[in-house]
Amino acid sequence: MTPAISVSGLTRRYRGHAALDEVDIVIEPGTITGLLGRNGAGKTTLLRILAGQEFPSSGTARIHGAAPAEDEQVLRRLVFVREDQVYPDIKIGQALRAASWCCPNWDGEFASSLLEDFGLQTNKPVKRLSRGQRSALGIAIGLAARAEVTLFDEPYAGLDAVARQLFYDRLLADFAAFPRTVLLSTHLIDEAAALFENVVVIDRGRVVLNAAVDELRGAVTRVSGPCLAVDALAEGRAVWERRRLGSQASVVLAGPIAPGDREQARLSGVDLTPLSLQQIAVQAAAGAFGSAPRIGLESGFATERTCA
Amino acid sequence: MPEMAGLGDGAPLFVQVADRLAGEIADGGVGEGERVPSTNELAAFYRINPATAAKGINLLADDGLLEKRRGIGMFVAAGARGRLLARRRAEFAQRYVSPLVAEAVRLGIGSDELIALVKEADREREGASL
Repeated sequence: MTPAISVSGLTRRYRGHAALDEVDIVIEPGTITGLLGRNGAGKTTLLRILAGQEFPSSGTARIHGAAPAEDEQVLRRLVFVREDQVYPDIKIGQALRAASWCCPNWDGEFASSLLEDFGLQTNKPVKRLSRGQRSALGIAIGLAARAEVTLFDEPYAGLDAVARQLFYDRLLADFAAFPRTVLLSTHLIDEAAALFENVVVIDRGRVVLNAAVDELRGAVTRVSGPCLAVDALAEGRAVWERRRLGSQASVVLAGPIAPGDREQARLSGVDLTPLSLQQIAVQAAAGAFGSAPRIGLESGFATERTCA
Repeated sequence: MPEMAGLGDGAPLFVQVADRLAGEIADGGVGEGERVPSTNELAAFYRINPATAAKGINLLADDGLLEKRRGIGMFVAAGARGRLLARRRAEFAQRYVSPLVAEAVRLGIGSDELIALVKEADREREGASL
């Protein structure tokens, strides 16, 4: 099957600074992928290139096997909702009508119900909307477009928690009814974690983690307790982070913890706490995975001991 | 944590969804021969990716606890409840008794005292349910 999105050796340089550096990503159709990373990591640049709004310095980006830039056929199958989308001086209804012309799968009724959900009136000028209302309009357009490839770039600026939950719920329900490929960049990771089948974490223009969420959840554990007992558990394993305070130590271990080790931890007063997806992404961006692309869970820091 | 209807970080979400569903079958919440929620219903309820919900259902189907009826959905297989209860009993000592004893040892609670505490808790429970 042709991937919905495939990016290979993608590099984008701005005056000597690499916003994207040899990025390789393959996204299968019909999946929701989270694009995670710190501000300035390169998320927006990647999405803009995928949407054909920017050109790579080298490497390729393909949407359903074709280059997006200036390809009408590709662009019609794609919708891109940006953070702080700028609209011309029109009313909400006109913005929706314009969207309906360029999106072949547009569902006007769904768009209207979304506007109602977010409390937006079609006769209101876009210029007079608050930041959150503009975000809601972008979300309504992005969802009602039902584009085969849907790109959201932190689409919720100014939206409160209730409105964001509404977005997640509508996205999931509509995705279930009309499967499509969604790539959503966000830094509200824990909040959106359950939406994702896969996550890609980028940092300083490089992919530092690319994995199925199912493989990550429960696969990274913070182990804390008496130093020697913690060291015994960490023995021979990939350790991402080490801290020590007096006789207490805390390390982050990758990979599953065997039942025997759990029992051992319990007996020696060691706490095992699974890391959330957000905490895993933070560890990944902090360099736990090294800087090579497509690094998995197995790599880590050298396994020196914490207790000297 | 986000609102995922009580799911946590400890295990893959599809495993947690399967566990919840298995728990409901074991407790008799969904009877044998009854339909279980669809993938999309589970996804909407737990606010999770439909693919994740589908993996959870498939886990139970592969285990023979659910059976597919073409075009209608997934149903609880005959004998599913008995099998789940037998499995839970088998796991009881390891999951509940060993940690209980380990903590008791750490606190210096001897086995006689522990047994007395268990009996007292049982009496309180009976009292509460009357």
